[in-house]
Amino acid sequence: MANVTLTIDGQKVTVPAGTTVLDAARSAGIFIPTLCHDPVIPGFGACRLCVVEIPGMRNLPASCVTTVAEGMVVHTASEAVIEARRTIIDLLLANHPQDCLTCEKNGDCRLQDYAFMYGVRQTSFHGERKNYPLDDSNPYIIRDQNKCILCGKCVRTCQAVPGRSVIDFGYRGFNTRVVTAMDVPLGESDCVYCARCVAVCPVGALTYRPMAGKGRTWEMQKKPVTCTFCESGCTFELNIKDGKVIGITAKEPGPGRPLCLKGRLGLELLYVEEPMTPMLKKDGRFVPVSWAEALGLEGVVARMKEVEGK
Amino acid sequence: MKSLMDKCCEKCFHSPSSPCQDYIKCRQQGPLCHDDENCRARFKEFLENIHLPADSSRRQVLICAGTGCTSSGSRKLVDALREELARHGLQDKVTVKITGCHGFCEQGPLMIVEPQKVFYTRVQLEDIPEIVASHLVGGQVVERLLYVDPATGEKSLTYETVPFYAKQKRLVLANCGHINPEEIADYVASDGYLALTKALFEMTPEQVIEEVKISGLRGRGGAGFPTGMKWSFVRAAEGDKKYVVCNADEGDPGAFMDRSVLEGDPHAVLEGMLICGYAVGADEGYIYVRAEYPLAIHRLKIAIAQAEECGLLGDNILNSGFNFRIKIKAGAGAFVCGEETALLTSIEGNRGMPRPRPPFPAQKGLWGKPTNINNVETFANVPLIIRNGGAWYAAMGTEKSKGTKIFALTGKVNNTGLVEVPMGITMREIIFGVGGGIRDGKRFKAVQIGGPSGGCLPEEQLDLPIDYESLTSAGAIMGSGGLVVMDETTCMVDVARFFLNFTQAESCGKCTPCREGTKRMLEILTRICEGQGKEEDIETLERLARVVKNTALCGLGQTCPNPILSTLRYFRDEYEAHIRDKRCPARVCQALLVYTINPEKCTGCGSCARACPAGAISGEKKQPHVIDISRCIKCGNCMQKCKFGAVEKA
Repeated sequence: MANVTLTIDGQKVTVPAGTTVLDAARSAGIFIPTLCHDPVIPGFGACRLCVVEIPGMRNLPASCVTTVAEGMVVHTASEAVIEARRTIIDLLLANHPQDCLTCEKNGDCRLQDYAFMYGVRQTSFHGERKNYPLDDSNPYIIRDQNKCILCGKCVRTCQAVPGRSVIDFGYRGFNTRVVTAMDVPLGESDCVYCARCVAVCPVGALTYRPMAGKGRTWEMQKKPVTCTFCESGCTFELNIKDGKVIGITAKEPGPGRPLCLKGRLGLELLYVEEPMTPMLKKDGRFVPVSWAEALGLEGVVARMKEVEGK
Repeated sequence: MKSLMDKCCEKCFHSPSSPCQDYIKCRQQGPLCHDDENCRARFKEFLENIHLPADSSRRQVLICAGTGCTSSGSRKLVDALREELARHGLQDKVTVKITGCHGFCEQGPLMIVEPQKVFYTRVQLEDIPEIVASHLVGGQVVERLLYVDPATGEKSLTYETVPFYAKQKRLVLANCGHINPEEIADYVASDGYLALTKALFEMTPEQVIEEVKISGLRGRGGAGFPTGMKWSFVRAAEGDKKYVVCNADEGDPGAFMDRSVLEGDPHAVLEGMLICGYAVGADEGYIYVRAEYPLAIHRLKIAIAQAEECGLLGDNILNSGFNFRIKIKAGAGAFVCGEETALLTSIEGNRGMPRPRPPFPAQKGLWGKPTNINNVETFANVPLIIRNGGAWYAAMGTEKSKGTKIFALTGKVNNTGLVEVPMGITMREIIFGVGGGIRDGKRFKAVQIGGPSGGCLPEEQLDLPIDYESLTSAGAIMGSGGLVVMDETTCMVDVARFFLNFTQAESCGKCTPCREGTKRMLEILTRICEGQGKEEDIETLERLARVVKNTALCGLGQTCPNPILSTLRYFRDEYEAHIRDKRCPARVCQALLVYTINPEKCTGCGSCARACPAGAISGEKKQPHVIDISRCIKCGNCMQKCKFGAVEKA
């Protein structure tokens, strides 16, 4: 692969051809904010927060989907770029609940970070806001559509696993939202609660229920563990507060790292001090089940008892 | 010999399974390989069935069956006319044919009597007996059904003399309204598929692309990308499988050019796609038509079936070794699916959301394969260019915009309809020449060009020669060709609000600036129209418009602020009047109207008071009445009821 040299904010950067402007800038230590960019599934270009100025281009291109070219000049913090980013953050905040104080994601929210970074204290638009009921129809994932910024990362990560595709965009314009098939609550959908979507959500729209209300981001220490319930080897983090493991969160899902409910429950059983009783859907309703059943080990456990009891 | 597949004698062998390369020429110029008396006579008969010679004693009545005329009842006329003719025993002397759209829908249902070219307008069922008795039997033209020019009061006997048509240059629309779109023979007899024959047997794919390049044809979907260049990209793209896609998802409010071409001359589009397929090396085509065009879909299906039956679509077309098939995909009614990447995503069976470009469809389009996507009108131009040569085409138009463009002229003009004019004509010539000026003698105020993505141009821009660049620099775009004319009774803030309302509802919601920005711009405009405008609103609108234009993902988002930007550029005073004086200069925005009664004119008849639902009008009998502004709900009933013009709004 040939190399390409371009200038970003006055700095000469050399990267392989085919690299995006965003990756080139990041490789040079230049910060560009993104909300919808997923390094594993790139090329979506929806949030438009990563726009940059490239003289000669008609408008402000999104750096996550713009490929570098030899001799390209990029400004990542020109006046037009800053105005655009501030306005986009302003527009997002105009349609986002301002309840950061009690939000599960407080301190770990990209929108909050960027509002701080670009000094958008409050929105300048006071019009209609989203007002959808909270979807807490299942024991694992709480969906708050009002906090969703429609970056689409959850949709793409769900579609990346063959056979899942539980969610997609629905409706139009201002009413666009992420929906399940026929827009039923998540608990009634075909969702398998692998919680990949929760792992990638940049804001507080998706919460992993067993972790809800247990602590603030800055109170937790993280310790990586690898799941051994199958050969995929997905990586998780133990969340440790006051020396106790209070929950498990998945690290970024990726190719061959599907994440699944069974592995997550297994890890919770192994590590979490007071794990939540596992629930499974039977005849369309969630009911508490034994750990052996939740982990699909009933036959194994019974046989062990038989064999070892001899 | 009636149909295209009828044979003149045993020697004629053409069929889809054993194609003959001279088939089209043979049907147009008479027998080529077995030139005898009998076969020549058969061909003469075939052609005269379609185009009557001027001295023919037979008659052909063409009844428009486009969407406009059909909705005003033209289909009933066909049966009624046939019955009436049978009653007079004229069924063999006079043929009744349906045609596609003439473009003069407001005068519909339209009827043409050939070969004299007599042009009847607004024909109703009860006119049929008179037309038959007086014209078709007695040879007397029915004067009262002729077109009357509202400006001069003159009647036009033939369609060629109607000012609306006389000032146009109808090339793409030449067949529309003159041939039966449901009959492939009509198209072939009008030089149809000759361009395909020429491309397949006399030109290499590269020469076809070169010819299109020479012609200077640019994308008629609105953006104006050079067509020949696009074709050469697709030809050069690597891939064993390539596609040709026709964008027939015409969604602009008030635009119906593509629909009329599809309904009136569907084979021209198929032929354009075939030539494109041959040029770029594709063997499969899709036509993406919006489902709201059932008649266009119906006629396309017929056209595709007939072309397949005649061996003009399918494998080994005309024994040239070129294979090409066309499928129809009905769009589910989203405006954004007219954006090429969203359209392709939609064909693939997903939600029609735009994808970032590059990669352009020419490199990675439908299912990741190189795809050539052009608009209906672009494809309809192609057979003309190949038939007559690129240089012929390039001789029309301006330096950078060649050929003709079809516009849908609507709004406050005398003649609304489809207008095909050479590029470089001025807006004034279209509105005041072809369109016959403003209705009811009112004053021209603005013309909105390019649909929701376009802009409003004021009077001082009327003499601008129309081409892609000049419109863009004036703050509008060519767009698909919608022209909405507005007079002094139109409020420009309200117009901007109307278009934003449309784009806001049609945004796919994928990118933030468009999804959230259009909503906020619409809210601000609505507030201004309701008299709640704030001093800083104009600045906020300009900032939002600038950001949305600069950062949105696709053409819809990037152009949706144009109506705001152009009205702010040319009609800023109207915004200021709404915001500062709480006044709507055009007297449109209801919340800003104030109704008063002029005591000089009021006779005290009391009909306004009786009509007022809010009880806001009081006064003694035969004394001037007054309106209590605090109770008035601004419904305008009093104004409608007053016979003396005493109620005034400001």
